[in-house]
Amino acid sequence: MYPSDRQYTTEHEWISVSGTTARVGITDYAQQQLGDVVFVELPDVGQTFDQGAQFGSIESVKAVSDLYCPMAGTVVEVNTTLVDRPETVNADPHGVWIIAIELTSPDQTAGLIDAAAYAELVS
Amino acid sequence: MTDAPVAAPLKTPLHGRHVALGAKMVSFGGWEMPLQYSGITEEHLAVRRAAGLFDVSHMGEIEVAGADALAAVQRISTNDAARLEVGQAQYSALATPEGTFVDDLLVYRLGDEHFLLVVNAATIAKDFAWIRDGIQGVGDAVAVNTSSRYALIAVQGPRALEIVQSLTEVDLASIGYYRFATGEVANVRSTISRTGYTGEDGFEIFVAPQVAERLWGALLSVGAPAGLRPAGLGARDTLRLEAAMRLSGQDIDETTSVLEAGLGWIVGWEKPEFVGRAALVRQRAAGVTRQLVGFEMVERGIARHGYPVYVGEDRVGVVTSGTRTPFLEKAIGLTYLPRAASAPGAECAIEIRGRRVRARVVPLPFYKRPRG
Repeated sequence: MYPSDRQYTTEHEWISVSGTTARVGITDYAQQQLGDVVFVELPDVGQTFDQGAQFGSIESVKAVSDLYCPMAGTVVEVNTTLVDRPETVNADPHGVWIIAIELTSPDQTAGLIDAAAYAELVS
Repeated sequence: MTDAPVAAPLKTPLHGRHVALGAKMVSFGGWEMPLQYSGITEEHLAVRRAAGLFDVSHMGEIEVAGADALAAVQRISTNDAARLEVGQAQYSALATPEGTFVDDLLVYRLGDEHFLLVVNAATIAKDFAWIRDGIQGVGDAVAVNTSSRYALIAVQGPRALEIVQSLTEVDLASIGYYRFATGEVANVRSTISRTGYTGEDGFEIFVAPQVAERLWGALLSVGAPAGLRPAGLGARDTLRLEAAMRLSGQDIDETTSVLEAGLGWIVGWEKPEFVGRAALVRQRAAGVTRQLVGFEMVERGIARHGYPVYVGEDRVGVVTSGTRTPFLEKAIGLTYLPRAASAPGAECAIEIRGRRVRARVVPLPFYKRPRG
């Protein structure tokens, strides 16, 4: 259910690190809780966020949820397909990333949990 | 000090059905209700394109009966109940002496001296007390809270008529809008009302609680091939907002007047007396200073209930209802604007998480069903 090639937060984001960059998205549990996603508020490329800082928000028909950066970093890319097709987050939450960041400290993974621990958290 | 005990949420007679269908359940007005089954968007579109099945058993029923029942209803309801024939219903308000809302309601004339008032779930106790006190001294009229005697199931959408018709010998096409008839649906004794809260044609069916599951099951099985889907409170909210139907406690409450809400048409101006009349007559003569309007977002963003609204630099109020609607695929909302800034085309701004985002006043309703 939850891919083991990445790490998770208790706020229901995932982060997939590759070298000094990482991609961030929300978990299947998060999209289920939100329901039909209709809007994703994205940051600008170049913005820097601390670990745990809010980088955007995601909205379903019914609710708004903040998005938090799982690790500190600077945004190098945002997934602009979410502007017109936010519902793809529901269809493929672990495949659809929201932002890509250049990590400030790639080895600073405190607070992240692995797939098994995350699955346990939301079970 | 100990905390006051929290009342357990109330459950409708269809609660087990919702759970079995995998609904996401939420607390609403003291009731545990289905928010959604398959998803708000899919359910909303099913109602616009085919039909949706709603459990609205949480709504309250209050009956007023007696030789002076009409006079009693006339006193506490703004609309003119004398215009109702037996078998007819009307939208109305319970108003305060200031002309603001205690609640909105439907008034059904069950008999010459017998009325059924359908009120909102969260306000049943408050409304009942208000009505009971309000009709004191009218004469021979008694109000009874009969909410527990009814389950209420709504079938809404362009295919609602054919779906319900397949389960009843009552000629549904002959029931006019805001009219009702009694008869059997799926062998269940029912009051079938051509009313709803979605902007579509459809029916609201009152039955005894113990037979509600049977009717629900029959409707789902005959309706599913025609596209009928169970629909929850989430879709009910987005559907009613597209149709610009006010939500009591949110768009209308004790701080907003019937006239400000744009509902002067539910005031029986010719009636000599009813609670709120003097204030409303004064307000009509003087003109309202603010008006409920619909808006759509011009810039990207979704307005939500409670977000601040600005005209120029002035904070003028808050969004009373707002969402991105599945059918129109627009971010829309309702708010009260100063009269001078309330004409269609006028601009305002909604503060969304600290940022002011442009919006524009549009005519209501946002959605009007195509009429065949």
